[in-house]
Amino acid sequence: MRNPFRSEGEMLRFLVAVIVGVALVVLGAWINTWVGVVVAVLAAGALVWWLMQEPVPGTAEPTPRLSSATPAGMHRVLVVAAPGTSSVSVGDRVTDVVVIVPALASKLEAATGAVDDRRAEAEQTALSLTRTLARDGRNVRGEVGADDPVLAVEDALRTFGADEVLVVGDEATAENIRARVAVPVRRA
Amino acid sequence: MVADAEAHLDHHEEHPPEPYYSSRISPSILGMYLFIGSEIMLFGAFFTAYFFIRVVNGVTWPSLLSNVPASYPLHLPVYMAAINTCILVTSSFTMHWALSSVKRGNVFGLRAGLLLTFLMGLTFLITQVTEYLRIGFNTSDGAFPTIFFCLTGLHGCHVFVGLTILLFMTVRAFRGHFSPEHHHGVEIGGIYWHFVDLMWILVFATVYII
Repeated sequence: MRNPFRSEGEMLRFLVAVIVGVALVVLGAWINTWVGVVVAVLAAGALVWWLMQEPVPGTAEPTPRLSSATPAGMHRVLVVAAPGTSSVSVGDRVTDVVVIVPALASKLEAATGAVDDRRAEAEQTALSLTRTLARDGRNVRGEVGADDPVLAVEDALRTFGADEVLVVGDEATAENIRARVAVPVRRA
Repeated sequence: MVADAEAHLDHHEEHPPEPYYSSRISPSILGMYLFIGSEIMLFGAFFTAYFFIRVVNGVTWPSLLSNVPASYPLHLPVYMAAINTCILVTSSFTMHWALSSVKRGNVFGLRAGLLLTFLMGLTFLITQVTEYLRIGFNTSDGAFPTIFFCLTGLHGCHVFVGLTILLFMTVRAFRGHFSPEHHHGVEIGGIYWHFVDLMWILVFATVYII
């Protein structure tokens, strides 16, 4: 969706669109009141349609790709696993692991804030995976992430410098994460 | 004592940690959304009052005035308001010119654009105050004059705030605070100025034209 308040350029385009719309309404109202009402409804609909369009190509700022940094002698892995995942293999040379389990709520649940059950489910999975991975003497931390795996990974990489991201899930999710982060991403 | 101070410094080198927030929406953008949302509700309340008075009462503006006979209706200064509208719309384009200039490293364009925008905004406000003084009615003359002054006055307050922001931006521009890499202050101020312009278009169309 186009966001007119995202940048000054978008706001100016929105302003011009509103001026054109208002001019048409005034013209319609000058002819006849009901013509003005009809034009107003049509103009409002056109404005909503315009807002629903993607931003003008080239005007939107490119999506930043998050990078990460790891101290020498360490190998850190960020694991993103769906709720209900029972086990995951990260490899022997890994020293630090952060397990992120997205609280996968539906749109209705997210909109109404009824995400407690999903978060509890994700928390249980994170706890279970953390215990399993910590048995080999690694530093492991588990967290519940945002309801979108890509956002959850982005959030985690802001505070955890990882060498790679390990996705326990489908290839589409891994591909979406690859598009947003500069760290290697592979499927478990 | 020195050891204590060093320990204190060491402690502060570790804290505070990097601010953590969800990448779904940044705090500055969320703040702007909340601000614009509150502004829309504020103006929306006044527009609702305006249309309620006009549509429900079914009386043509401005013959509602209690102290003016119907045979001698007052007229709003539409042409003056139209010229004012042109000035304000033009100021949006000079604002855009200023921002485009700073992105290209054109300092003259930035300064000239901001200065012109400020002067045009000031002209708009002075003209509006002059219009108030000569319009011939007051808030005590009925519901319509009250909502007229409320709507245009509310917008005038926003122009005043916008001018204050523009003044700071212009002073900063002349002091060389903005560069092609760092011009967030101009961007945010520009968004606000366009918003003020947009609200005037709606006020002008509903109060003066339709």
